[in-house]
Amino acid sequence: MTEIVTSQTPPILHGPSEKEKKYDRQLRLWAASGQAALESANILLVNSGAGTVGVETLKNLVLPGIGKFTIVDDAIVSETDLGVNFFLDESCLGKLRSQCCAELLQELNPDAQGDWYPKEKASVNLGQILDSMPMYTLIMYTLPIRPEDLAAIKTYGRKHQTPLISIHSAGFYSYFQINLPGAFPIVDTHPEVEKTVDLRLLHPWPELVKFSQEMTKDIDSASDHDHGHLPYVVILLHYLEKWKEGNGGEYPTEYKAKMAFRKMVSEMARTNNPEGGEENFQEAVSAVNRNVKKPQLEQSLEEVFDHKLSNEVEMSSSFWMIARAMKKFYQKNGCLPLPGGLPDMKAQSSVYVKLQSIYKAKARKDALEVLETVRSSPGGKDVDPAEVDMFCKNASFVKLVNATAEGRDFKQILQQEKQNDELAEAIGTPLSLLPIYLALSATSHKPLASADEIKADIVGIWPDVADDMRVMQSSEEVARAGGGELHNISALTGGMVAQEAIKIITKQYIPIDNTCIFDGISSRCQVLRL
Amino acid sequence: MTVNEKSNSTARWQYLDRIRKTKGPFNDDDYDTSEEVLSMHGTQKILVIGAGGLGCEILKDLAMSGFRDIHVIDMDTIDVSNLNRQFLFRKADVGKYKAEVAAKFVERRVKGVQITAHNCKIQDFEEDFYMQFQFVICGLDSIEARRWINATLVNMVDDENPDSLKPLIDGGTEGFKGQTRVIFPTITPCIECQLDLYAPRAAVPLCTLATIPRQPEHCIEWAHIMAWEQEKPFPTLDKDDPEHISWLYKKALARAEEFKIPGVTYALTQGVVKNIIPAIASTNAIIAASCCNEALKIATSAAPYMGMNETYMQYQGDESIYTNTFKYAKKEDCAVCGNLPKPLQVDPKWTLQELLDSFATNASAQLKKPSIRTEDKTLYMQFPPALEEQTRPNLEKKLKEDLGLEEKQEIAVTDPAFPALSFRFFLKFS
Repeated sequence: MTEIVTSQTPPILHGPSEKEKKYDRQLRLWAASGQAALESANILLVNSGAGTVGVETLKNLVLPGIGKFTIVDDAIVSETDLGVNFFLDESCLGKLRSQCCAELLQELNPDAQGDWYPKEKASVNLGQILDSMPMYTLIMYTLPIRPEDLAAIKTYGRKHQTPLISIHSAGFYSYFQINLPGAFPIVDTHPEVEKTVDLRLLHPWPELVKFSQEMTKDIDSASDHDHGHLPYVVILLHYLEKWKEGNGGEYPTEYKAKMAFRKMVSEMARTNNPEGGEENFQEAVSAVNRNVKKPQLEQSLEEVFDHKLSNEVEMSSSFWMIARAMKKFYQKNGCLPLPGGLPDMKAQSSVYVKLQSIYKAKARKDALEVLETVRSSPGGKDVDPAEVDMFCKNASFVKLVNATAEGRDFKQILQQEKQNDELAEAIGTPLSLLPIYLALSATSHKPLASADEIKADIVGIWPDVADDMRVMQSSEEVARAGGGELHNISALTGGMVAQEAIKIITKQYIPIDNTCIFDGISSRCQVLRL
Repeated sequence: MTVNEKSNSTARWQYLDRIRKTKGPFNDDDYDTSEEVLSMHGTQKILVIGAGGLGCEILKDLAMSGFRDIHVIDMDTIDVSNLNRQFLFRKADVGKYKAEVAAKFVERRVKGVQITAHNCKIQDFEEDFYMQFQFVICGLDSIEARRWINATLVNMVDDENPDSLKPLIDGGTEGFKGQTRVIFPTITPCIECQLDLYAPRAAVPLCTLATIPRQPEHCIEWAHIMAWEQEKPFPTLDKDDPEHISWLYKKALARAEEFKIPGVTYALTQGVVKNIIPAIASTNAIIAASCCNEALKIATSAAPYMGMNETYMQYQGDESIYTNTFKYAKKEDCAVCGNLPKPLQVDPKWTLQELLDSFATNASAQLKKPSIRTEDKTLYMQFPPALEEQTRPNLEKKLKEDLGLEEKQEIAVTDPAFPALSFRFFLKFS
């Protein structure tokens, strides 16, 4: 295995580049790797309807530096567009909406490249255009849309395995839905730092045991200074051994035992000093609940281990090769590879650094074992060690979105949501937003439908909701908009869709699975898998 | 307006007007859709505080919601690191005033909107300035500025004059997360009531920085707090001057090498010293639009708005999407809108100096330059210098033994950041 940064080479003493300066506030979230993914992305917006929500989404992707974007839209700019779409002005009236928006978006960031279709005023045959275009990283389309355009996009998405996002914003309501071509694994999920601490106190390895024993062999006669600077990991390892001696070799893993163990550690702190206690022992006591525990497999990782590979793309993907190797590691060792991080704790600098290196060395050894398994599996020769390293570091938090391709039982979801609503008032949870999705969906191809038509449409498919007041209200509210967008709702929705697009493109953080409904009246969202 | 302009304007605002002219299922029975009410909306005067990440979005959203008379305050100038999200600014604008550039851009793009820019601090204006607006929308990154405008708007409320009540809509973001709050001063919980949501970060003990650093941040803080003070390479530290940051970076790096601590980088140095919060266009878009959606609903009654029942929308976009929209409780012991003193846990053996220092990190106080008195005695005053000198000896004295403070005794604390306020506490001895 090649080196995974073992020694520290001093960084070059120069300031950030122009690009690093401009993107500083976002690089702190998705780092250079995420930025590179954004910059090589090529996204398509098929814009239709009132035409604002898709353009607002693009704005939030052009600013952080998306590589290329294309707008397909055959609408001609009207006075009404100027009242809702910020990326148009007086001079655009009568011109192609696709071109005008693309130009004003492009102007936001010279790093992004914008294009548009059609090049001249004419109606568009989307199927034909899509066939002649390059591959897209992601396609977004806005509703209401012509049925034939929708069909063309879906055909293209299936053929090229392209993620699709549909977006519908009308009046105070909106929803968007992500259709991923298959199971979508994410390694770099950015869990909260506190959750990632894994000290292996109940599974210490020989180097850690040796280090700890050496530090604590004269613990009772140690000077106050040394005693007060023992790292809490060492304190806990020492007293866990003592505990085992007095408890038939058992670790304190149950609640009561943990409480007693906390008391034991806390009583070992020296109090004959001006502070009346020791900070490192306080740290040790408060670390007990979270860190004295048996390793447990997270449900999301279990899903990864149980996943059946369904196609060739998956068979040959490095992610699934590493996942298989990881499963073998787990089966053999009874725990995952050590992530290797060490939280800050009171200690002498040199002692802390040494302890840190013991954790890192173990993490490297575990990662190496996984890498060797990967390398010895068919097609595993070319897997990047950095990818294995990342997987090992994040193993507990790896997440599979869109894990099953199976169709969802919509009727069951509908009933579940109705049931929840019946209890909602009693337990103080918000009402389901599914009726909003139903009402918006009923206007996917006919923006001017009346409330009665919308409701008739919904009841035609789902007779159960005929008496549902929420469905009636949502239908009225959607009809009230008459296919028009409110700028605020489209800007807000465009922000959410852009966040999701960034997550999909960078493969960082966790995207929704798969539909997000927004209610601008009660100011809340609901995510459902539909 | 000519007939032609009027018909253009009708076509332009077609979507918004249709919503406004149609009574929806959630409107009150007396929802007014008359032309007269409709035309009032554009004449309302709105104040936007902050022309940064949220402010740029808010100005766009208000202009696209039919508001035509908007003021914006911001004292900052444009920096290159703003360009990834503050979309009204270009590279050529770096160094210019944010408020001015943002106002001009939106005026150019949206016909008929007038935006007045104020390139100054909010504290430069008196109450009569704030009185002219129908409501205020804040897109700020500073807690102190939020607290100041909040206290000002609460103090302005005159029960005899309904126009003196200015709804305050406040947005904030960090990375993929953010929140929107709607406040009806004196009626619903104010920013100060919610202060403990923004507890200050616990500081690293000085002895760790001085003798046992373990993290790259410890080395950077050491360079920032200790090495700089000792060596004074430049007269005052300018956190925006790359030369100054480079100096700190090199110092921190040398110290990290001495202790074999990995991870000191230029970006981290800058982040720690300036307390940089990650910020992206999309999150700002979400929160700004949420604020303006509430503003539009309040201004037009087109739909029920946040404020009376739910007061707070929390948004999280890092792990799927999650919103929590809830009612925050008003606090009777809020220093701004309540009338009771807050409990204050103190050690009777503390010196007055220790008590003063504790106000900076106390989540429900967060005061950096406190002066303190009891009902009948001044304990310590930061200003004027003569009084400071006279009260300085008290700083060494112990609260109970020397100063005679008692359990449940009430004290009043003031701070120059909030000149209109007196924070009342009653002591609880531990």
